[in-house]
Amino acid sequence: MMPQGQTARPAAPALSIRGLTVDLPRGMERRHAVENITFDLLDGQILCIVGESGSGKSVTANTIMGLLPRAILVSAGAIQLGGPDGTAMIGASPATLRSVRGRVVSMIFQDPLSALNPLMRVGEQITEVLTAHDVGTKDWQRQRVIELLTEVNLPNPQLMYDQYPFRLSGGQRQRVMIAMALALEPKVLIADEPTTALDVTTQAQILHLIRDILRRKGMSVMFITHDFGVVAEIADSVIVMEKGRIVEQGIAAEVLKSPSHPYTRRLIAAVPNLTGQDRAAAATVPEDAILKVEGLSKTYRSGSALLGSQRVVPAVQDVWFDIGASRTLGIVGESGSGKSSLGRLLVKLQDCDGGRILFEGRDIAALSDSEFRPLRPKIQMIFQDPFASLNPRSTIGQILTVGPVAHGMPRAQARIEAKELLARVGLDAGAFDRYPHEFSGGQRQRIGIARALMFKPRLLVADEAVSALDVSIQAQILQLLDQIQRETGVSMIFITHDLRVASQICDQIAVMHKGRIVEQGPPSQIFLNPQSSYTRELVAAIPGETLV
Amino acid sequence: MTSAAAPHPARERWWRGRTMRRFLANRLALFGAAAIVLLVLACVIGPGLLPYTSLSIDLRARFAPPFTGSHYLGTDPLGRDVAARLFMAGRISLAVGFAAMLLSTIIGTLIGVIAGYRGGWIGAVLMRMVDGFLSFPSIFLVLALAAALKPSAMMITVVIAATSWMEVARIVETEVRSLREREFVQAGRMLGLSGTHIMFREILPNAIGPIIVAATLTVARAILMEAYISFLGYGIQPPLPSWGNMLDGAQRYLGSAPWLAIIPGAAITIAVASFNFIGDGLRDAFDVRGDHK
Repeated sequence: MMPQGQTARPAAPALSIRGLTVDLPRGMERRHAVENITFDLLDGQILCIVGESGSGKSVTANTIMGLLPRAILVSAGAIQLGGPDGTAMIGASPATLRSVRGRVVSMIFQDPLSALNPLMRVGEQITEVLTAHDVGTKDWQRQRVIELLTEVNLPNPQLMYDQYPFRLSGGQRQRVMIAMALALEPKVLIADEPTTALDVTTQAQILHLIRDILRRKGMSVMFITHDFGVVAEIADSVIVMEKGRIVEQGIAAEVLKSPSHPYTRRLIAAVPNLTGQDRAAAATVPEDAILKVEGLSKTYRSGSALLGSQRVVPAVQDVWFDIGASRTLGIVGESGSGKSSLGRLLVKLQDCDGGRILFEGRDIAALSDSEFRPLRPKIQMIFQDPFASLNPRSTIGQILTVGPVAHGMPRAQARIEAKELLARVGLDAGAFDRYPHEFSGGQRQRIGIARALMFKPRLLVADEAVSALDVSIQAQILQLLDQIQRETGVSMIFITHDLRVASQICDQIAVMHKGRIVEQGPPSQIFLNPQSSYTRELVAAIPGETLV
Repeated sequence: MTSAAAPHPARERWWRGRTMRRFLANRLALFGAAAIVLLVLACVIGPGLLPYTSLSIDLRARFAPPFTGSHYLGTDPLGRDVAARLFMAGRISLAVGFAAMLLSTIIGTLIGVIAGYRGGWIGAVLMRMVDGFLSFPSIFLVLALAAALKPSAMMITVVIAATSWMEVARIVETEVRSLREREFVQAGRMLGLSGTHIMFREILPNAIGPIIVAATLTVARAILMEAYISFLGYGIQPPLPSWGNMLDGAQRYLGSAPWLAIIPGAAITIAVASFNFIGDGLRDAFDVRGDHK
């Protein structure tokens, strides 16, 4: 299959891959990381490679850069960089690869913090690229780096030159990475999920920046993502990968409009789209608030007050809201907005500094740990990271029953209830005696949900419960939560950075910014008629609005 | 795709797990394990197979070199069979080593887990206690205690354990402090589990790797320590043999009857080196980063 875009524009491919097969070490779940893939990246285009985790998209990128781990070998195929008289990357000597990397092709990574050296100033790190390729004199290099920092729209480039990475925000770090990748004006830029770790507003800016630079420099970009929203935003053409194979490729607009492969259709359908509609209430219950939060605040202090080096971070400031029985309140905000701190305050994993949390009329903020213990079963939490939140040394059965047993439920009854719950969250009873590492991320999140439901809680706090999952799994988990709420009448506080997800599941949404709730209302108000300027900014930044 | 209904991968048994595989790939560690098994077997079965007991005196065969008659490893100045004494001594030395390891691992783990999980002033007090014990020259402490108390195998074990639990405590404390921040521990708190439950049932099983490594290395140290104390005459008292007090009598005859020193010396060296090999092997096997070598 050749991309159909080729006929429209007779451009030469900047990067061409033919029949590439990369083997996985023995004993992995499949034999090939990628199998017989063929595609071209045309000059001046953005090609998106889309797929779920484990589909082989990052392996493809690393193969092109010659950055594969030693245990993974290329067994067949060819990679040609820069047209017919460019470089063949497979089998090239380490010296050739080094000279090509950064100069002809460069890469930006998902996590800009771990990709930057924490002990080196930003300017020095970019200069390093120039020095490694012996370009320019010292003065010229410095000038060039400042030019680059200006180019990626970093504020005050002169000052930025001397900053350490930890002083920068996530978006700024990613801009530095981009500046570094652009230092030698490569023909091809490979971007491996560069915006996945970023907030929506920052993501929108970075996507805009990449697009912009591509236009100015005439580069080609290979953009790896799992999010079809991003594809809709920037791609010229698109390749869909599943389990190491290309299942569909073509012009972005066409693939998005009429996907031919069922896997593509499923991925596109799974993208949570913004519904400006309010959710139909599960039942007409009397609007009696189960939880009332009044003037809640929490301030983190670190360092020493005596030495005057104290850092004071007001994480949650004067927050008010209430939530009725079997309703869902979404708390939306960017990272650092205090939404996770708020969640931890509600389940009392942390103590607040001020305000009241009225749960069924009783102020739980004032209770001590031991006074609150009998109430814990009523307020449960679903955690963000399905890998870290289950004890790796406990079986699923132990994980589910340990809480109820500690609160006095007979062991036999707990086992029976746990097995029933496993069926309810869509796992078979055989899971009971297995260990967490035997399950996929989505399955583990189901186990986490089952654990929270063991107590038949009145209130569930879900802290970014679907953020670590692939979009298709995300949709399943959201559906499960919705179904559970309809069956059990539990109230939910759904904390997320993703407005699209919030719009799917929430009755009410509270937007948090810098520790305060700046706007509160039903989804229809938040998305169609936002009152605060910050909400407006957030809504505008959502990728793939065209994708409805 | 309903991922929830996806088939479960085959159940992994611990002896086929990655840690075990890596340990078995380590020749030196395997050699150590084999040597310890042999040594223990010899000490358990050996005395029964020999014609002499460790205390029977054969006055006509004093200072017999190895392989005279049925004295396979020779005799000592009193005409006692060295092989019989070596195996009996092995029982005592190894038992003291294992018991001291168990005791010090239990103390160290207990203190390490509590200090690591509770933190705050409790943790500070406990860890300063560890520092205090560490800053004492342990060999002098052992000798002082051994001189003050009536020497017996039990007492030696307690004394050795009392001076070697600090390392375990430190290792466990660091491990627990990092595990404490993991989400599954937060989940335990959310479920309303008690602190003791979280410490010993949720966190401790996850710290078992480093504890096993430290325990193995502690056995080696305890055997050495026992040999040292007994050699100086404060430990296991004759006529009961131990590897250490066998050496004590031997130094006077180093020129005329070198086997008296070489044989128990070799036993100590083999035991200590083997335990260290096993410990190193386990450390590498538990270390996930070892995969990228």
